Amino acid sequence: MDIIVCIKQVPNTTNIQIDHETGRLKRDGVESIINPFDEYAIEEGVRIKEKVGAKVTVITMGPPQAEAALREAIAKGADEGVLVSDRAFGGADTLATSYALSTAIKSLGKFDMVICGKQASDGDTAQVGPGIAEMLDIPHVAYVKKVEASDDKTIKVERMMEDGYDLIESALPVLLTVVKEINNPRVASLKGRMAARKAVIKVLDAATIGADTSKIGLNGSPTQVMKIFTPPQRTGGEKFTGEAKEVAAVLVKRLSDLSLI
Amino acid sequence: MANSVEVLSDKCVGCGQCAGACPFGAISTLERPEHPKKFKLAVVDLNKCAYCGTCSQTCKFSAIELKKDASQSSVDKSEYKGVWVYAEQRHGEIADVVYELLNEGKRLAKQLGTTLSAVLIGDGLKSKVQDLINRGADKVYVCDDPIFIEFQDDPYTSILTQLIKKENPEIILIGATNIGRSFSSRVAARIHTGLTADCTSLEIDAQTRNLQQTRPAFGGNIMATILTPSRRPQMSTVRRKVFKEAKVEEGRKGEIVDCKVDVATLVNRTKFLGFIKDASSNINIGDADIIVSGGRGVGKVEGFKLLEELAEILGGAVGASRAAVDSEWIPYSHQIGQTGKTVAPKVYIACGISGQIQHIVGMSSSDIIIAINKDASCPMMQTATYALEGDLYEIIPNITKEIKAIRCNS
Repeated sequence: MDIIVCIKQVPNTTNIQIDHETGRLKRDGVESIINPFDEYAIEEGVRIKEKVGAKVTVITMGPPQAEAALREAIAKGADEGVLVSDRAFGGADTLATSYALSTAIKSLGKFDMVICGKQASDGDTAQVGPGIAEMLDIPHVAYVKKVEASDDKTIKVERMMEDGYDLIESALPVLLTVVKEINNPRVASLKGRMAARKAVIKVLDAATIGADTSKIGLNGSPTQVMKIFTPPQRTGGEKFTGEAKEVAAVLVKRLSDLSLI
Repeated sequence: MANSVEVLSDKCVGCGQCAGACPFGAISTLERPEHPKKFKLAVVDLNKCAYCGTCSQTCKFSAIELKKDASQSSVDKSEYKGVWVYAEQRHGEIADVVYELLNEGKRLAKQLGTTLSAVLIGDGLKSKVQDLINRGADKVYVCDDPIFIEFQDDPYTSILTQLIKKENPEIILIGATNIGRSFSSRVAARIHTGLTADCTSLEIDAQTRNLQQTRPAFGGNIMATILTPSRRPQMSTVRRKVFKEAKVEEGRKGEIVDCKVDVATLVNRTKFLGFIKDASSNINIGDADIIVSGGRGVGKVEGFKLLEELAEILGGAVGASRAAVDSEWIPYSHQIGQTGKTVAPKVYIACGISGQIQHIVGMSSSDIIIAINKDASCPMMQTATYALEGDLYEIIPNITKEIKAIRCNS
């Protein structure tokens, strides 16, 4: 079985701070990490490989330094890394990104399954996974929390919904986007780290994958950023300090006056 | 002509203002020893640049020139008319977010001087049509067929795409639910148009009829306004509780369009095998009027007992920050924030939650926010309507006791 895992290198946003005086992101010392949701995608690919035998190829689109994310994925058990990188891809929105990645995936040859994290932590759109499936002309199941069973033609998965989960069967090849409930990603082994260091990362540019230049980068992006601004802060209200008993009483009185309790 | 962003080396003084302003971290300043005043030079990494123009607006020396390629092929926008709302249903019930979108859609349609339509895809849902009209839809497209009884991406994408191609709406609003987020991207890709996720504000530019879609980015640290300037329809997804629900106007008149569904034209490569209801999510935190929420400061799983007691007496639900969920003090279904649920209760009680932006974006629309924290300087305490400084293990039991006392007396 051939499995493709799509990942993205993102700034570690849990640590990103904003300077409210200048309204700017404090970028100093912000490290680049694999999008946290993609860690589950890598792990699931590796688990399927360990169970039924498969080749796991991780692919990412980004600047040359995104290679580090691919090596990290190889350290965690993936077999090969592919970096889709070209200045012409710059400024891509989710549609142009889906096009570039799907075109790169097609150029790699046969595949049975594509796995993505449910969304990236910087853009948060959850649009690229289903977009890739559409452009590969294959079905997809989003929000997968469990792979129940698979053979060489079909796969059965649990799809997380707001009120429970759906059991869905899909024909292969299929694209899955996975949620954090699906597994617990492993820590890279020493052997994995060695493999990652030695791995040769394949780099693909727009011409190599035969991308239509009108469909990539900013030109291929129907959405455009008009402006970027810092959200206004909600201003605080009353402060209560003192003995726990007192502040509790004042609060309850206040809520009761407002008929909230 | 391609897009270009050029730093004019004779004007750039290397002040680094642009590097700080760039939301994509694409600009750095390089030493320039050959410069007579040893000024540094701003350099743009085109791999990261999104050509948003923030740098050229920031530069006080007009040293950055941005040229956007205007050659992107544009559709004839005058052929696209009307605002649509995707009337999502699950197990035969219309999703709440649909009523919110109808309210916002009505406002946009009025500004554009056009009509508001709802698109209902399902099986045996004709009884829901009047409900959508009562909530403001001028027209309801009904795609009714047994194939649509349960949500599957393939047939839903096919039918909505067919309808869009036939009717050419200019705007489509979709709930940012699991269903909406799963298939809207496929629809947008198939008709090759723009889709903007999780919009929190929608405005019309009267001149161009462009929809200005504002959404949080980088975990809510910054807001971005997005346009789909040359393609139609303009598609947006919106989370629930962002807009107010449309009021019901009994007996309102509207047009009903019964769409012919030709099942042979619908691709379907998946099979729906069953639904398993989540028993633990009986109290949906999204619906609760009062939420008692715990974070890292709760410190241990036992602490959530106190929160549960308070929530119970208030008839509310228990929420949590990601830190509490990651510590396995409470299941993920209770998580509020960027990677959890978005809530907007009447009262939100944040216990031991410092207020990382990722959490704030999930609850900042609450009417009243109460923060209980030892650290008076943390963002949640600064944001709260009422900020109670102190140990939650002392304050919460006292609140519970106080409420019981009031209830006994009345």
